[in-house]
Order: sequence, then C-alpha cells, then structure tokens
Amino acid sequence: MEATHDHAHDDHGHHPTGLVRYFFTTNHKDIGSMYLWFSLIMFFVGGFMALVIRAELFQPGIQIVNPDVFNQLTTIHALVMIFGAVMPAFVGFANWQIPLMVGASDMAFARMNNWSFWLMPPAALLLVGSFLVPGGAAGSGWTLYPPLSIQGGISVDMTILAVHIMGASSIMGSINIVTTILNMRAPGMTLMRMPMFVWTWLITAYLLIAVMPVLAGAVTMLLTDRHFGTHFFNAAGGGDPTMFMHIFWFFGHPEVYIMILPAFGIISHIIPTFARKPLFGYASMVYATSSIALLSFIVWGHHMFTVGMPAAGNLFFMYATMLIAVPTGVKVFNWIATMWKGSMTFETPMLFAVAFVSLFTIGGFSGLVLAITPVDITLHNTYYVVAHFHYVLFSGAIFSIMGGAYYWLPKWTGHMYDEKLGKVHFWLTAISFNITFFPQHFLGLAGMPRRIPDYAPQFTEFNQISSVGAFLLGLSQLIFLYVIIKCIRGGVKAEAKSWEGAEGLEWTVPSPAPYHTFETPPAFH
Amino acid sequence: MKKTLRQIAGTALSSLPILALANYDVNIPAPHSPISDQIYGLHMEILWVCLAIFVVVFGVMFYSVFAHRKSKGAVAAHFHENTTIEIIWTLIPFLILGFMAWPATQTVLAMKDASNPDMTIKVTAYQWMWQYEYLNDGVKFYSVLSTPRDQIGSTEQHGKPTNEHYLLETDNNVVVPVGKKIRLLITANDVIHGWYVPQLGVNQYGIPGFIKDSWFKANEPGVFRGQCSQICGKEHGYMPIVVEAKSAEDYAVWVKEQKAKQAAAESHDKVSLADPVAR
Repeated sequence: MEATHDHAHDDHGHHPTGLVRYFFTTNHKDIGSMYLWFSLIMFFVGGFMALVIRAELFQPGIQIVNPDVFNQLTTIHALVMIFGAVMPAFVGFANWQIPLMVGASDMAFARMNNWSFWLMPPAALLLVGSFLVPGGAAGSGWTLYPPLSIQGGISVDMTILAVHIMGASSIMGSINIVTTILNMRAPGMTLMRMPMFVWTWLITAYLLIAVMPVLAGAVTMLLTDRHFGTHFFNAAGGGDPTMFMHIFWFFGHPEVYIMILPAFGIISHIIPTFARKPLFGYASMVYATSSIALLSFIVWGHHMFTVGMPAAGNLFFMYATMLIAVPTGVKVFNWIATMWKGSMTFETPMLFAVAFVSLFTIGGFSGLVLAITPVDITLHNTYYVVAHFHYVLFSGAIFSIMGGAYYWLPKWTGHMYDEKLGKVHFWLTAISFNITFFPQHFLGLAGMPRRIPDYAPQFTEFNQISSVGAFLLGLSQLIFLYVIIKCIRGGVKAEAKSWEGAEGLEWTVPSPAPYHTFETPPAFH
Repeated sequence: MKKTLRQIAGTALSSLPILALANYDVNIPAPHSPISDQIYGLHMEILWVCLAIFVVVFGVMFYSVFAHRKSKGAVAAHFHENTTIEIIWTLIPFLILGFMAWPATQTVLAMKDASNPDMTIKVTAYQWMWQYEYLNDGVKFYSVLSTPRDQIGSTEQHGKPTNEHYLLETDNNVVVPVGKKIRLLITANDVIHGWYVPQLGVNQYGIPGFIKDSWFKANEPGVFRGQCSQICGKEHGYMPIVVEAKSAEDYAVWVKEQKAKQAAAESHDKVSLADPVAR
C-alpha cells in the first residue's frame, strides 16, 4: 500500500502521513481498511468474552465468573459481535469494493465516510468500557428488554448511547453507499448488470436506513423511561413492556438480514470465480435478495411466540417466516447450479464459500424448525436458538467475511496470502465451529435455557464438548490474524487479476489497488 | 494464575461423579401432555423433511465438488440460466411448506384455546421465585429453588453440585391432578420471566402488568421439571419449576395438607407471605 501511496502523492499536493493520514483520510480504501481492522479487533474482544462464557459453562456450579458478570458478558458479547464485528466488516468490504466494482473514483460523500468510521471507536469504548463502571455492564441481554433494562445502572445509559452512535454511523454509511451505487456507476453498468455484491449492499443499505431509526426510537424511549418519568414500557403508567419487543424486533429482524445479505453477495463472487463459470440465475438472485429484504419487515413476531399473541398473530408470523425459506432456497440452489459442471479449484476463499453454503443451510433448516410456532414454544430461549443463530451468523456472516478477506487480500495488499496457512485456518475453523455449536442443538432440544451461568447435571457432557470446541475455534483465529499480517508485509506478488476465474472491474486495476482508481470512469462491457 | 488453574483442575476432578451420569440425549424429552405430544410429532416431521432435503441438495453439491474439479480435467460449461428449472425449484418449496404449515396450524389453534379449563392456577413471577395461586382450591404458596447455595458456589468458593436434580428442584412443587385441563394465568411482579416446562408444552412469558394465559394437561402421573426461560437478572438460572402430576385422590389429599399448613402459617406469621422478598 505504501508504494502506491507515494505514487499518488505526486498528483495530489499535500497528503498527510502516519496517524494523521488515518484521522483525516477521505479515501475509501483507507477507510475500508480501518473498518476491517476495527472489526477484527472487536471480533477478538467479543471472542474473548465468549471464551470466558464457555469456560464458566464447562461444568455445573459457579467457578470463573459470578452470575451477574456472566449476564454482562453475554450481553456485551452479542452487542460487540453484531455492531462491532459483523456490521463494520461488511461496511469495510463495501468501502473497499463498491467503488472498485462500479468503477467510481471514491464514495459519494468522502468526508462523511471519514466521520462514519470515526464514530465507531468511541461507541466501542462506551460499550466495552461499561464493564468498569459501578455495577458493571448492562446485563439484560442484547435485546435490552424493559423492565429489566430499566433496573440497570449507568452502564445501560452508556449502552444506549453507544447504540445511538453506531446507528448514526450506519445510517450515514448507508446513505453513502446508496448514493455511490445509484449515481457513480461506470457508463454502461445498468442496475441489472451490477456485480451481486453491489446489489446485496444496495438492498442492505435500504434496510439499514429503514430500521436503524426504529432502534434509535426504541432505546430513546428506554432512556426517557429510565430518567425522565415516561412510562412507555411501564404498565403502571399505561405503557406496555411488550411494545418494546415489537419495536425492537421490527428493527431486529431486518437487522438479521443486514448481517447476511452482503454475505450472500460475497459468496456470489467467490463461487463463480473458483468454479470458472458465471453465476447461475443472476436475475433470480436479485429478485430473491429483494424478496428476503421485503419479507424481513413482516416476520418480527416470530421472536415473540411466547409473549402470548392471539392465534391469528402467531399464525401470520409463522406463515410469513416460513415463506422466507423460498427465496433463500433459490439462492442456495443457484450457488450449487453455479458449481455444477464448473472447473473447480479449492483455494481458501472457495473452501469458506462451500462451507458457507452447507453450514448456513443447516442454520436455515433450524430456522425453519423455529418458525413453526408450536415447536418454537418448546425451543424458545433455549440453546437450540443459540445454535441456530451461530450457524447463520458465524458459519454464515463470518465465514463469508473470512472467505471475502482471503479473496480480496491480494487486491488490497498486492501479495498472495499464505495458501497453506489459509487452508489450515479454514479446516480448524470449520471443524471447531461444528464441535462448538452442533451439540448446542441437543442442549436446546433437551430444554437448557440460554443465558444461564449454571445448569443441571444432565447438560454437562454437551456443554463440555462445546467449550472445548470454542477454545479451539478461538485459538484458530490467531492463524487468521497471522496470515493477514504476513500477507500485508510480503509474499508472492499478486497480479491485477489475482484469480484465474475472477471477473469484474476491480481486477482490471493493478494489485495492490493504487491509492486513487478510476479517476476517469472505465469502459464497462 | 497458577492458583486459578489448580482450582479449575481441582473442580474438574471433583466433578467426576457427575461424568458417571453421562447424558447424551439428542432429542426433545418424552412429551407428557396433548400439546407437547403434537409438538414432538411436528418437530420429528420437520426434522425428517429437512434431513431429506439436506441429503438430496448437498448430495448434488458434494458430487459436483468431487466430480467437477479442474484437477480432474473438468472444463467449465457456460450455462447461467434456465427459467424452467428456476420456476420448479421455487414452486416445490411452497408445496413442502404447505405440507408443514397445515398440522402446525392445528396445533397453534389447539394450544391457544385455554377455554373450559378444569381448574385455574395464577402464576406470578418474582425476581427470583414463583408464586402459585390455585383459584379454585384456595391454595397459595411461593416456590423457590431448594438446591443448597454451597452446591452452587461462587468464584471464591467453588460449588460442588451433588444433588440429583441440582438446580431443577424447589421447596414447594406445583401439584396438579392428572388428566385435567389446567389453565395458567401468568404474570410477573417486576421484570419479564418465562414459565417453561418443555414436557408439558408450555413456554409463556409472565409480563408485569398483564395476564397471559396458557394451558396443559398431564397425561400421566409424574414429575416434570423446567425453569425460567427469559433472562430476568442475576438469579435467572436459579428459578426452577417443578410440576407434580398426581391422581385426583392424591391431589385432594395434597390440597387438604396445603390448607392446613396455610392456616397454621397465617396464625403464626403473617409477614412471611406478605413480603416475598423477606427470604
């Protein structure tokens, strides 16, 4: 990166270096890198919390952390992973890749882009720092349901503020992404000829703009209930705790797709590249993604089957949720049809993509099981749900992030990563992921609730297997960090088109991508 | 650090008797009510459908992964669309979903129908215990975890779980007559809790300020254990539910005992019932 930076220096007058460069940068590549590093750091912070949780759950009885601290760890682990690790990683990909893929010189609002990123570290400090205030961090679960969250101390206010800041950052990022995609595409790139990753992010950005303000509203009402005598969620004052759940999940369910649609986009690039065959059913992929996004607004009630909604409500949310299986199925079939009769090789990105397709589908199946209201009644808030959302979020979102990182690292750094270590990282991650999370299905079926620091003896064996898997999974990620650093520092020189089967504008610029690219729009055929 | 490691190793060794009771159950525990029967059946049906789809779809994918490799000389085809097949694989899932939705709808309607109960119990959740009021029989009591605190332990003094029903035992069990439709009116006093007994097919939030209903019918005598399903603060893991289903005669005896106990307690000490947090 440094060499190209010097080169760019020539055309662009003054150009800060060192730390100042990153404080003031408006360059989409710098900002993309900062998002990705931020995400990786938060991934390790959240992962550390997960390991403390798994250590405590290694056996019945209390050993490592007391129950109140345990609740704080589960709460902040979730918030850190969702808002600190997964979402910023995808924004990092968007910053790096969208201008390169649509042939734009930068993001539409470059200064706002800087601001969107620099809001994130203070928000993260508020979240993680809330462990240090009297009473410890918020311990109500990441859903912050009142009245429990009303009982919490100042850390709940810090969490609310952090959510506000990260929400503002997301909204700004989304506006930037929508504007860039709609206005700055290379001539000839019509909407239906855009790369899939760009499509999925366009839809994701609209979802973010739609639901982030809803979350902001929910937590603001929480804040005024806590400090200013309102009773939005207090029945004694005419409010209703259930209303918070409705508002929260109206945000929360689209949020789930915010974390998976860009993953679909990344996978839709990796599979065609390594199958050396164009993506099967491009148009139906676009329609399927849009349908998933639209359906995501009318399924929130499936998080609330145990609230006691009327039968008609339960049935509506059950049917709507089941419908999501249709477009999701279409996407899986299309990926497999893309592989079919291809000429496949299995470099690390492809390994992650194939694992994504199969493991994400397991998460999809358990999602279908949970969609069935009566079955959900017996599985709601058990470890089955924990297993389900880790299958879609870890072997879904995070596998795609890792696959995408290996896929584009040559473009970002100018070097090929260490393929052997990449494969070791993949196999350790895939195996230990399943050791960690597959047994949790059994725990949930047997009736072990989530968010408990201690459990009945009949749950011991699967918890122990899960904890051993978790430590292996956590340690394996150090290999990922090592491979990235090694790749940045050197390695086999990457060609402009780093992969034989790669298609798209980003592979037409040199590797590493120069500091400024596409200052005049490229020709797109 | 070394001390902590030793402590962990120590507790790991001391937990060996528990390992002797190794438990690898991989399914929903045996159902004991009409609704949990149906839930069990629904889950099995969906599980088999999903497994079948998984085997077919990923059979195709892994065949492709092994057969269509560059290293085996595979040359990439160029097709990238086929409207017929895309319509077919959009329609088939609809049919499968309809097949799943029909029985599920029946169960939803059955489980939401709490009308015409044989008896009603009002359940009030507190941080961190349950209160049960038998509206027909006039029985009323609190139910608290009965596992001794020293078995649970803390970070300073590690616990040694030895009770067979560690964490799933209470001082006062919820006794119900077998074969009767029991309606539950569930609410909470402070924060949201969840009354969850999987073998009876009930998992219902208790929401402060609101009363929600649910129902169950125990098919045969037995003891059914569950716990709070919604995070409710630091003792969330320590508010179990134990339901004892007894024959009508045994139930009548139990009611009589409870009433006698209540009468004695009321003349004795009114404060203990009036103040739930006095424990």
